[in-house]
Amino acid sequence: MYRRQPWAEDRARAIIETHKGMRGALLPMLHAFQEEFGYIPQEAIQLLANALNITRAEVHGVASFYHDFRREMPGRHIVKVCRAEACQSMGADDLVEHAKRRLSVDMGGTTGDKSFTLEAVYCLGNCALSPAVMIDETLHGRVSPERFDELVAQQAEAAE
Amino acid sequence: MSAVTVYVPKDAAALSMGADKVATTILAEAKSRGVEVDLVRNGSRGMLWLEPLVEVALPQGRVAYGPVAIDDVAGLFDAGFLDGNVHALFRGLTEEIPYLKEQERLTFARCGVIDPLSTEEYEAHGGNAGMKKALKMSGADICKLVADSGLRGRGGAGFPTGIKWQTVHDAKDDEKFIACNADEGDSGTFADRMLMEGDPFVLIEGMTIAGVAVGAEFGFIYIRSEYPHAIRTMQAAIEAGRKAGWLGRGIFGGDKNFDLEIRVGAGAYICGEETSMLESLEGKRGQIRAKPPLPAIKGLFAKPTVVNNVLSLASVPVILDKGAEYYKDFGMGRSRGTQAFQLAGNIKQGGLVEKAFGVTLHDLIYKYGGGTASGRPARAVQVGGPLGAYLPESQFDLEMDYEAFAAKQAMVGHGGLVVFDDTVDMAKQARFAMEFCAIESCGKCTPCRIGSVRGVEVIDRIMNGEDVDKNLQLLDDLCEVMVDGSLCAMGGLTPMPVKSALNHFPDDFRRAHRAAAAE
Repeated sequence: MYRRQPWAEDRARAIIETHKGMRGALLPMLHAFQEEFGYIPQEAIQLLANALNITRAEVHGVASFYHDFRREMPGRHIVKVCRAEACQSMGADDLVEHAKRRLSVDMGGTTGDKSFTLEAVYCLGNCALSPAVMIDETLHGRVSPERFDELVAQQAEAAE
Repeated sequence: MSAVTVYVPKDAAALSMGADKVATTILAEAKSRGVEVDLVRNGSRGMLWLEPLVEVALPQGRVAYGPVAIDDVAGLFDAGFLDGNVHALFRGLTEEIPYLKEQERLTFARCGVIDPLSTEEYEAHGGNAGMKKALKMSGADICKLVADSGLRGRGGAGFPTGIKWQTVHDAKDDEKFIACNADEGDSGTFADRMLMEGDPFVLIEGMTIAGVAVGAEFGFIYIRSEYPHAIRTMQAAIEAGRKAGWLGRGIFGGDKNFDLEIRVGAGAYICGEETSMLESLEGKRGQIRAKPPLPAIKGLFAKPTVVNNVLSLASVPVILDKGAEYYKDFGMGRSRGTQAFQLAGNIKQGGLVEKAFGVTLHDLIYKYGGGTASGRPARAVQVGGPLGAYLPESQFDLEMDYEAFAAKQAMVGHGGLVVFDDTVDMAKQARFAMEFCAIESCGKCTPCRIGSVRGVEVIDRIMNGEDVDKNLQLLDDLCEVMVDGSLCAMGGLTPMPVKSALNHFPDDFRRAHRAAAAE
């Protein structure tokens, strides 16, 4: 779960310090940054470059290569709808269209009230119980459009 | 009266159907009725359409009820499920359910049976027997035993595991690594996840045996970020393994060292390709490396590295324990042992079926799977993930065997089967194969990076009925370039689903064309 803390350089330096001894530390550091701040802030790029003695371009290259790393703050909940083949065979395309309508966003978008970010994912490993959806770190199977609405409503209620 | 042991799985698939709530409801109901229940959170038995599958331990064996919803719990208590009484969800003795009974569980023998994080239960159910034998053998002898078993890479490529290990064993260097590929990105596959959540110690044991065999003292497990439950279970298992003296310095009280670290992927499908995974482990963009040099010679941090899939490594303990001959007796042709087949997509009884190679697609889809979930006729099955071929019903008699599949321009891959009913549009599926490649290509080579984008465009034109014959020819040429010119399997195999769709379902590509002609 993301902590979504506001940017704090001392906190960022502490994260770098705890990972510094690792070999190939950049991915674990990026993950840790995202967990702390909700995304990879621009300020982090220079710090990482200095810490690992690589260029900012290299850090940017890695951060932008992987689908997981965000460069903007996501909504309070991240809704991932699986679009891969197993889920397609059970109506994932319709579920995606439904999700877009229900949340009034496109894939990759965040709702106006910042409650939800809707994303496509290619396989959640729940292929025998398709279609699959993951909300934050909670996996759901056999998600019909009605079930999707229930899940979204539960999250909205929990926030109140 | 002593407490009755009740099992409620903690596997992600079971959780996705509400297993956590079922578990807490059972505990609450037991408390309010003054009954003592000892709740164990096991892995999944792999009968995923029955999840959450609740089991009760009785003198005659474990009795199963499923799929259990929270609303069913009170009724189960009323019916006396703690005594194994009949209820609408009663499935009889778990081990006697035909789906499970007619499997050959070697790699998944303990999965769903034990508490995944109990070191005592692991050893009580045969765990570490292979490890203890390995510690008395030379590295070369372990490599030979694995080679003799006929074990081939379960990730999809099917390369003989023992030969790979021998190469790393023979390489001279001051440091070597074991890298476990748990970046199970293929749609229709979940066996690695199920194993890591249901029996994580077997993977640790397999990796430790690999380390002892080739002379490596450190291993990485690269797990995809889409598997948060597997990451947590593996992490807890590594810590428990260290406490038990199975990992760390002087493992099992001897003079050998071996330790493990988990690294989490970041949503890039290509990192399931071994060299791309190594780059990612080094903290770089997950771009593939040209081979040679092989990772076995120059792999992680330029050191000799064993790169194996979860199931390849997890199959090693049983081979060490029971011998190469025992393992080799399962299977057919050059495909020895068992494979964890995963029934997915539009299927009534989805789940994991570990069977010896040689089982037919038909048996997997109908005998185990029970046909489609929609009840409509099955039209196509995609075997081996997004890069695998779509096969029509006329080929369902095909036996699961690396060579038999290759002869039909198909592949067994990681053993996933995704079933589609007769509502599927195969031109759309072919288009998706190209689209997926365009999204996930690492960008290193042109045929994959550009070819996939052009592929989507050509298929769009075909689906729109524009110059269909000419564009079909163009698509064929494009596929040839991708197969022959790509650096790795991503671009090289993307044409497999495309061409299989074209070959077996040509009518789907001429719908717009026919509609136009009819006007």
